[in-house]
Amino acid sequence: MNFLYAAYTATWIIHIAYLSILVQRYRHLQREIEDLKKKPGLGA
Amino acid sequence: MKRAFPIFAMLTAVLLSYALYEALEVAPTEQTMGNVQRIFYYHVPSAWTAFLLFFINFVCSVQYLVRPNQVADKVANWVTIAIGIAACIAAFVIRPLPANIEPSSVATTGLAMTGLYFLIKKYFSPENTDALAVVSAEVGVVFCTVVLVTGPLWARPVWGIWWTWDVRLTSTLVLWLIYISYLMLRRFSTSSQTPVLAAALAIFGALDVPLVYFSIWIFRTQHPQPVIGGGGSIDSRMLQVLLINWVAFLCFAGLICWSRYRLEILQREVEETQALEALLEPRSSR
Repeated sequence: MNFLYAAYTATWIIHIAYLSILVQRYRHLQREIEDLKKKPGLGA
Repeated sequence: MKRAFPIFAMLTAVLLSYALYEALEVAPTEQTMGNVQRIFYYHVPSAWTAFLLFFINFVCSVQYLVRPNQVADKVANWVTIAIGIAACIAAFVIRPLPANIEPSSVATTGLAMTGLYFLIKKYFSPENTDALAVVSAEVGVVFCTVVLVTGPLWARPVWGIWWTWDVRLTSTLVLWLIYISYLMLRRFSTSSQTPVLAAALAIFGALDVPLVYFSIWIFRTQHPQPVIGGGGSIDSRMLQVLLINWVAFLCFAGLICWSRYRLEILQREVEETQALEALLEPRSSR
């Protein structure tokens, strides 16, 4: 049973780790968009 | 589309929970391996999903290379149609097929490949096929990682070893490494030719997918023989649970690809704006 739970847990750890990387990338991109909006001539 | 995303996400979460319940509680326990066999319900659907994503990456890479050239594009269209027809002919006219390969599997695979090619062509511009190629490779690597992690966790109690350099296992590891190198090329190369080089690498990389898939038919391997479409047998309840889990993982992969694709498009727009800003900067500073 331990190997079964280890496999299922590992699967979800991998997926959650990837999803958290995506969230971090999205936040970083949001910051870049905010910076661009603040610059004159491009924000509008 | 924005409203559809949370609905799809909720449905996927429900489906994944139901699939987990089916895998742990409903599926019958295998007589020789016991409960550890239930790893199969995560391992196999993850492998099929990874193969599908790598195939999407292959189709997008081909389209990215051929669509700017009208003649090459027409040739690719006809080759794709020919593959679909050839698969049907091979399945139902030419006999015998290699041992244990079901004719319906060959025909369905051929027609699905052709259908997917034209679907991607219809809904994605050449630039967006490049974005979809990156997305499908990245998500495919995640699912392939799951395969490479769950496989040894099944092998240790069943075979008594974590890993063996068997054809199926080695070719899967090579496939994973090819797509890791593809993603590293996309991430670190700054050349304007990067998408073209990456598309060429992806086309060669995709050649490993059939080798991985058919290795257990062609070679004598330690990996278990196929249970679907290969003449093997599986309990109907186990098959049902396997298919439920595959549908759940497909929906999950679709959901991740959807978010990642939006992120990729947004990222490209930001990069374009930053490049434009860099061009405008000397004028504005005068």
